[in-house]
Amino acid sequence: MNTVTKKRAQDMAAQKYKYGFVTAIESETAPKGLSKDTVRFISAKKNEPAWLLEWRLKAYRHWLTITEPDWANIHHPPIDYQDAYYYAAPKSGKKPQSLEEIDPELLKTYEKLGIPLKEQAILAGVTPKVAVDAVFDSVSVATTYKKELEKHGIIFCPISEAVQKHPELVQKYLGSVVPITDNFFASLNSAVFTDGSFVYVPKGVRCPMELSTYFRINAENTGQFERTLIIADTGSYVSYLEGCTAPKRDENQLHAAVVELIALDDAQIKYATVQNWYPGDENGKGGIYNFVTKRGACRGKNSKISWTQVETGSAITWKYPSCVLQGDNSTGEFYSVAITNHHQQADTGTKMIHIGKNTKSTIISKGISAGSAQNTYRGLVKILRTAKGARNKTQCDSLLIGDQCGAHTVPYIESRQPSARVEHEATTSKISEDQLFYCRQRGLGDEEAMALIVNGFCKEVLAELPMEFAVEAQKLVGISLEGSVG
Amino acid sequence: MLEIKNLHVVVDGKEILKGIDLTIKAGEVHAIMGPNGSGKSTLSYVLAGREGYDVTQGTVKFKGKDLLALKPEERAAQGIFLAFQYPVEIPGVSNINFLKSALNAIRKAHGESELDAMQMLKLLREKAKALGMTEEMLKRAVNVGFSGGEKKRNEVLQMAVLEPALCILDETDSGLDIDALKIVAEGVNALRSKDRAMLIITHYQRLLDYIKPDAVHVLAQGKIQASGGAALAEELEAKGYAGFAPHEAA
Repeated sequence: MNTVTKKRAQDMAAQKYKYGFVTAIESETAPKGLSKDTVRFISAKKNEPAWLLEWRLKAYRHWLTITEPDWANIHHPPIDYQDAYYYAAPKSGKKPQSLEEIDPELLKTYEKLGIPLKEQAILAGVTPKVAVDAVFDSVSVATTYKKELEKHGIIFCPISEAVQKHPELVQKYLGSVVPITDNFFASLNSAVFTDGSFVYVPKGVRCPMELSTYFRINAENTGQFERTLIIADTGSYVSYLEGCTAPKRDENQLHAAVVELIALDDAQIKYATVQNWYPGDENGKGGIYNFVTKRGACRGKNSKISWTQVETGSAITWKYPSCVLQGDNSTGEFYSVAITNHHQQADTGTKMIHIGKNTKSTIISKGISAGSAQNTYRGLVKILRTAKGARNKTQCDSLLIGDQCGAHTVPYIESRQPSARVEHEATTSKISEDQLFYCRQRGLGDEEAMALIVNGFCKEVLAELPMEFAVEAQKLVGISLEGSVG
Repeated sequence: MLEIKNLHVVVDGKEILKGIDLTIKAGEVHAIMGPNGSGKSTLSYVLAGREGYDVTQGTVKFKGKDLLALKPEERAAQGIFLAFQYPVEIPGVSNINFLKSALNAIRKAHGESELDAMQMLKLLREKAKALGMTEEMLKRAVNVGFSGGEKKRNEVLQMAVLEPALCILDETDSGLDIDALKIVAEGVNALRSKDRAMLIITHYQRLLDYIKPDAVHVLAQGKIQASGGAALAEELEAKGYAGFAPHEAA
């Protein structure tokens, strides 16, 4: 590599992760480490009812008896769970009641991230409205458009607030999809979750705007354990988007979230994620460890849950957004783009559990590997004896850039119902020299050509994103692959 | 416009071009004919800047500048266009999006403003119509599921949109039936202008029945063996390449 290209590569690496800044804000933390006291501290901070504290402690006690799962195709030094903070909140006294009361440093942070916390007067028909819940380290700092949503009976608020104001809903549904004993990280999350979003869409209501939560990890040595619970009541519809970023830090930070979705009869939930946690540097130093449990229950007949994810960040991604298809004629969808570059590792996929009659699921997974990265699709399609007429279609495509990276596909299919139809297709291809040269001959620079080709490869998945985020995701795809050519 | 002097090119350790001299002025159409393996496609790739083609001797100047020092995309921005013998498929990328990205990259390199989606669509519709291409073809992924003729037409469409200074057509006639050949040739002819040069690489004379060249060169064994007017192509058609490639013939 000559000096000019080296300089260019360095410049690119430097601009690559533009969300890596740190907000200078004082934070209040729980004492380092994890113990019963930590759990009590968090519960007390949130002024939680006794049942929730008991629920947390139960999860904690269970967590002590289990170990990290070791079946994923990921490698990392052991995580010291006592060497982290489990609660960090911006020190600003009581929770702001309106946007005017929010710490200006926080407002500036979200402005820099491009997240609108002000309910701007949006011209009709120009940009669709998006309601935002902003979670900074362990607490939700702002939720927009709450009033307007309330008019429709929609509840969109931090989960800590829902615990206070709508305890009956929280108690009924929390842990009903992902039980506290589900897995190591889900148990951990249940014990120490701090905040996250809560959504309830009442019967027959179509949510008039996109809802989104924006997660930001700021404090050092702090894990983020957010909990999201979305309930779509009979005949309702909601589309939800989650975004994530974190500062550049040399040490690894843990993020272990749990997301539970519940769709009742004829209800539909679309859940999209653009995950852009700090991936670490080109040499694999730093970055977020993302161990996330996401699951949706199609409880009602004709219900539908769609997961769309664009995973570009994190040093390690361990994530399997799944659907439990209980209701007859219910539908589960999983559309995924996972991009790994440099030393990133992703082991991601889905589980589709068919229980009800004529349940349908679709899986489209696009894995892109560059640099020395490892990318694994892991999926389970399980069809129970009760799922007469169940259908699944799975398509897994992997794209390799360079010859140091790896792509792996691990599909499991278990069917106990002879009338079920399961289709699985998988391809692995390398980005071709011919395609790159063709694009460059037409005037596109090498990085631009790569971004165009990869975006084409991901098209079916990106098309599932809400329009306003699809453009952003396309750009992100390009940025994530910078430095992977030549 | 294009000045090639004593060009030697090595591919995989083997010398393919062994001293090419060729000058093309603006407004001229030159044809290079030659048997398979004579180095015709190598010449087109070297001019476009493909990796793996090492120039060991000689110079290439384009509009007075050293062409060989430029990257492929910089050459494209300078106005070099290669219509590929085998156009490449790019799944998931629509023709419209591809051409918009390409044209805007070139406009950006020239310091011009980028076209938005509406402007682009208008321009494309106009150019596509002239080539008998449907709007549906514009929406399809680049060359995916295109017939041989459609692919070549698509190359000419790209040429018409990007308006290059030098068009290099690499065996554009290969795999075309006579109707497709006529459409492609008409498209190319429509792009002839006094500011634009063309280099047409072909094995057969039949394309030159439709695109009349100002000069014809015979390339064999890595060298230009003969140059002449349009009549030379007819002579080749009658006699074959044997007379120009003594070793191969023997």
